[in-house]
Amino acid sequence: MKYVKQLSIILGISFLAELLEILIPLPIAASVYGLVIMLVGLITKLIPLEKVETAADFLVDAMSIMFVPATVGIMASVDALKEMLLPICVITVVSTVLIMIVTGRVSQRIIRGQRNRDTAAGAADTDKEGR
Amino acid sequence: MNEILSQSIFFGIAITLVTYEIGLWIKQKTGKAIANPLLISVILIVAVLLLFHIDYETYANGAQYISIFLTPATVSLAVPLYRQLELLKMYPKAIFGGIIAGVLTAMVSIFALSLMFGLNHEQYVTLLPKSITTAIGMGISEKMGGIVTITVVVIIVTGILGNILAETICRLCKIEDPIAKGLAIGTSAHALGTAKAMELGEIEGAMSSLSIVVCGILTVISVSIFANFI
Repeated sequence: MKYVKQLSIILGISFLAELLEILIPLPIAASVYGLVIMLVGLITKLIPLEKVETAADFLVDAMSIMFVPATVGIMASVDALKEMLLPICVITVVSTVLIMIVTGRVSQRIIRGQRNRDTAAGAADTDKEGR
Repeated sequence: MNEILSQSIFFGIAITLVTYEIGLWIKQKTGKAIANPLLISVILIVAVLLLFHIDYETYANGAQYISIFLTPATVSLAVPLYRQLELLKMYPKAIFGGIIAGVLTAMVSIFALSLMFGLNHEQYVTLLPKSITTAIGMGISEKMGGIVTITVVVIIVTGILGNILAETICRLCKIEDPIAKGLAIGTSAHALGTAKAMELGEIEGAMSSLSIVVCGILTVISVSIFANFI
């Protein structure tokens, strides 16, 4: 019965999130509202982790399967896909590589800046171990 | 064939689970990112539907009951994120700074290239959420009027690409810090990239999975601005 209780919390939040999606005129999907509600619930301890953990881990684990039906729908979008095949390929490769480089370089610069300041302040530097 | 199957609910559910299981098996055998179970499952199902002249509607009739669990599964993403909250507290500047820079790069590069290729609004918003987790990306594409099925395919291809290229790019661009590596991989290639980050190390893996959700939420906000540009 553990699963029933845990699922009812998760599905209850999903329902609440759906209501928000309908009521709030923003282009945000229900799942995002639900994710934020759950996170706030966990942080404030209103929802204890162990009350949702098992079912949540299962759902996250099985999530990839849930994308299959929507993706099979590509059968109906073949024409639209053909029309933009070249832009899709170029945009996918270029932006993925750029995002990776920029995110990595920017965060690395911030981390190193922070570490240098820490060392300058004479703080014991234990972070270096991880490198 | 169609008439009999269109009355079946479990045809769509069963074929989805069985083909996904075959995909998992192939992935275990080969160990390659390109052998993605989701991709294999979709290819097998499309092949079966085409071969036996079965309509997509017949398949979706049952398969929709798998799709409805997507919202609760996305809600559940809060649980792994909550577990990594301690990490977020240690390097908030690096994490938010890096991910915001990455999200802006995504928006600007996709906008510029879409402009170059002369894409219309529908095609542009289809591609905007390409680097985030499918669960959030699908919702964005749908809400903005994109072609959801293409968004899903592009997101998966992005993930596979990021998974394959991650090590090379990090080496070439001298991204050496494990935290920076994890953030870079998770922000550019969501869950499929995270699988690679986990192989690189524990810190890389944790940072990458943290980026999936943070980047997803930040992308929701920025897409609602950038979507108006084309």
